[in-house]
Amino acid sequence: MTNILNVHQLKKTYTSGSKTITVLEDISFDIDKGDTFAIVGPSGSGKTTLLGLCAGLDQADSGTVTLCGVELSSLNEDRRALLRNREVGFIFQDFQLLPTLTALENVSVPLELQGEKNAKEFAMELLQKVGLGERHHHYPSQLSGGEQQRVALARAFSNGPSILFADEPTGNLDEETGNTVTELLFELNKEAGTTLVIVTHDLELARRTQRILRLKGGKILEDEKIVTP
Amino acid sequence: MSDLPITSKAGFSWLLKMAWRDGKASGGRLLLFMSSIILGIAALVSIQSFSDNLKDNIVLQSKALMGADYIIDSRQLPNEKVQKIIDSLGSKGREVTFASMASFPGKPGTRLSQIRGIEGDFPLYGVLETEPENAASTYQQNSGALVDATILLQFGLKVGDSIKIGALTFPIVGELNAAPGSTALTSSVAPTIIIPFRYVEGTELLQVGSRQEYNYYFKAPEDLDLELFDQRLDPILDAEGADLDTHTSTSRRLGRRYTNVSKFLNLVAFIALLLGCVGIASSVNIYIKEKLKAVAVLKCLGATRKQSFLIYLLQIAGMGLTGGLVGSIAGVLLQLLFPAILAEFLPFEVQITFSMSPIVMGLLLGVFLSVLFALLPLMSTWYVSPLEVLRVQEQPGVRSRGAKMLVFGGILLFIFLFALWLLGRWQYALSFVLGILMTFAILAGIASLLMRALKKYFPESMGFTTRQSLLNLFRPNNQTMTLMLAIGVGAFLISTLYFTKDILLAKASLENGATSPNLILLDVQTEQREAVANSITPKGLPLIDNIPIITMRIHSIKGRPVNDIREDTTSTVNQWILNHEFRVTYRDSLIASETLISGEFTPEMPEEGAVPISLADNVAIDAGVVVGDTLTFNIQGVLMETIVGSIRYVDWGRMQLNFSMVFPKGVLENAPQFHVLSTKTPDEAASARLQQELVRAFPNVSIIDLRQILALIEGILDKISWVINFMAFFSILTGIVVLIGAVRTSKYQRIKESVLLRTLGAKNAQILSITALEYLYLGTLGSLFGVILSLASSYLLALLVFETSFTPSWVPFTILLPGIALLVLIIGLSNSRSVLKSSPLEVLRKETQ
Repeated sequence: MTNILNVHQLKKTYTSGSKTITVLEDISFDIDKGDTFAIVGPSGSGKTTLLGLCAGLDQADSGTVTLCGVELSSLNEDRRALLRNREVGFIFQDFQLLPTLTALENVSVPLELQGEKNAKEFAMELLQKVGLGERHHHYPSQLSGGEQQRVALARAFSNGPSILFADEPTGNLDEETGNTVTELLFELNKEAGTTLVIVTHDLELARRTQRILRLKGGKILEDEKIVTP
Repeated sequence: MSDLPITSKAGFSWLLKMAWRDGKASGGRLLLFMSSIILGIAALVSIQSFSDNLKDNIVLQSKALMGADYIIDSRQLPNEKVQKIIDSLGSKGREVTFASMASFPGKPGTRLSQIRGIEGDFPLYGVLETEPENAASTYQQNSGALVDATILLQFGLKVGDSIKIGALTFPIVGELNAAPGSTALTSSVAPTIIIPFRYVEGTELLQVGSRQEYNYYFKAPEDLDLELFDQRLDPILDAEGADLDTHTSTSRRLGRRYTNVSKFLNLVAFIALLLGCVGIASSVNIYIKEKLKAVAVLKCLGATRKQSFLIYLLQIAGMGLTGGLVGSIAGVLLQLLFPAILAEFLPFEVQITFSMSPIVMGLLLGVFLSVLFALLPLMSTWYVSPLEVLRVQEQPGVRSRGAKMLVFGGILLFIFLFALWLLGRWQYALSFVLGILMTFAILAGIASLLMRALKKYFPESMGFTTRQSLLNLFRPNNQTMTLMLAIGVGAFLISTLYFTKDILLAKASLENGATSPNLILLDVQTEQREAVANSITPKGLPLIDNIPIITMRIHSIKGRPVNDIREDTTSTVNQWILNHEFRVTYRDSLIASETLISGEFTPEMPEEGAVPISLADNVAIDAGVVVGDTLTFNIQGVLMETIVGSIRYVDWGRMQLNFSMVFPKGVLENAPQFHVLSTKTPDEAASARLQQELVRAFPNVSIIDLRQILALIEGILDKISWVINFMAFFSILTGIVVLIGAVRTSKYQRIKESVLLRTLGAKNAQILSITALEYLYLGTLGSLFGVILSLASSYLLALLVFETSFTPSWVPFTILLPGIALLVLIIGLSNSRSVLKSSPLEVLRKETQ
């Protein structure tokens, strides 16, 4: 099994006025290709910051992140964007669909960025998979929260990512809709064989992954492997 | 992963596709932006197209305007040398023109008219437009007069009636509607009457000192270079008191005459365009602010900085192109209105032709301005971090100072170059740019001072709403600076325009004081003077002026003959000084319109030495003389040596007889002269009676009825005001768009605070007062300082550009200032409407998403 993500001795601080706040310190772990992985911890423990660093959205003060074999600090912002487009999928708590694009267009964007000629057809297929084929021409504001998150799921898988980062994917949904989205996420993930990294408060959701990393105060509290029957 | 691509595979077509998709769904939000572009471009294109049309028409119609290829003119009968030149060139027609009173046998009333005695084939180009049409070709053989249509209308005359000019009575054979050489404006002061040349002598109107002009009309051979011909012949004719005018030089002169009008209109258009640019910047600022989250998402999905920047740049350029197109078409259509409005000032009918160049200019400007003024807000897309999608409060991205300065530099350079193009002088353009910069700097300084002062001396004892509204002015995320700048600059530009209008109109307005005359009698011969005065004073009317006038030319300056100076190419003496026939008076005191600048005014001729005269400052400058220099005059054949005794400032704008040269008493009394007398009649009837009596007794005397002219000028001023107001309306409309944009920007900063206050228990009325007070402070202060700054700039404009005094009207203070403050208040409050209407939770969800 090869590593898809390698995090080594990661440290991240923020400056607020004259104060320096350490958000993450001494974080090291690996994730194998195809694994499912959860990062949990209380508010302010640094989960989301860690996700941002792992996905190349931000840069650490020290330490390294190696994503799909590429050491991220060696890339500039635009090349990190190109790497994300080819290897990474995202799901956010507040969906983050582009409000001026239809559901179909939202799903097409990552494919179009790859220069894919049949972006529309692929996107349509994915929308049908998440059960929204009929609503492809709707704008996000015309869809419910659950529907928006399903569009976001389709978008996350559209570029055929090697790794998918999900930031509190059910955080803005009611329990029932949340469960539907979770089922869909794991189903699509299994089908595509993508590595899945979930940041969540929801321990029940975390327990569905193969490994849980617990953070507290910016440090690793525990790295727990879950045995699945 | 070494095969990671260096660039994205999505090409330009994808950028276009994304720009179109996003723009399509954001249509409403771009409305402000579009209206700014459309208004600015429409104003500029309409004025530019009209100016172009005017220039083209002047060139195309120059021969028809003059009636010939070239004219030789002279204020007296040509001397032998000039006559030889005229004969050798083969004149096709000649004319003598002079002003005289016309009366109408059997009808009451008289009218000052321009009499044109014509002989030969005049006009060689163009036509005499008459009714009946054939009157133009038959009036010579029928010994009749062609009379301006306005006279026929005024006195209820028709073809077949008679008109008396001097000692002769002519039958009216045709109504004259247009003639080469007569303009609508001069015709309205002294309408044209054309009679055959051979009868002029019989009118007995041409006497010593009469203001007449002889014109000889010529057709040029096809291969004649008129410019070269003019250069060679004009100096020879000048030396003999005659002048050569070619149709090309006349069209140039005409073009120059209208450049002042078009310069002002251009300035108005430029201000409308600049306001439009501020509108672009502020509306794009709001628009891009709303798009930053989407930019972060795009970057997260793999779009590069360049791609996300270009998507919005293309969108803005596309909107600029569309706005430019709509604005250009609107502008081209709008210019159709101008000829009707400006008909009174133009010597001909302007044929409007549609050309592509203003539309192309509008399109290019639309795109260029949109991109240039949108660059600063657009730059923020470059610095958006994809991390923003994760709700992480990131430190603001480090922005490039260099790029910002480059954009600022670009904007300033554009304003300078554009001002230079419109105003034609780099000094004006530079002052314009500096003026705008200073205004921004002063307004920013005032805003910053206000915030500091409030912080330091905060009135703690005031009530809750007052305190909250004042706090809003300086707490984090305040809008004081943005709004003060937008409101201040808007108020500054609009009220500068208003004050400039004041300056222009005041310059042209007339004094109508109790002692001002309203009837001026010209060409009164010395021997008639007493008799004319005796016709006036017994009626109880005052004899206000009795001014002697002597005509003379300069013979030498500082001992150097003018002929020498003419040939000296290095001489700095202005040519007009050398050729002009000066009308000079003598008196023992200065008059109200004169102020002594240097030297001493001499009332009476001293017993010995040269004659000490007083010069107007502009003449002294153009002649290159100072107090103590000598000038020799040729007074109808007699040379007289004088010395510059004093130099006066003369306010030429005053409606009274002003002179560039004044002699002391005791020198010119015996020189051949004529007189100007003036009186004030109490009403129109008395004026008409006196005029009739004077014309009967003294047919050579011309009478100017200032009451009539006043009415005429007022009519013209009304029309000018209309044009100016019409153009100012554009600027005001654009200003409102800017204001809406600026206040809308602050909407997002204010809504959250209002909702939080409401959640904490503040009443609707309290939130409303806090918001109202904040906008009232900003609206009042911004517009107050804008107007005050414009007062200063207008004063400078009056002093340096228009060279006139400036009495500002109160309108900007009484209407503009409260109007803008009220508008800010209304727009500001309308922003808060949604907060007041809905529940806090609803608003928080909707407005802050």
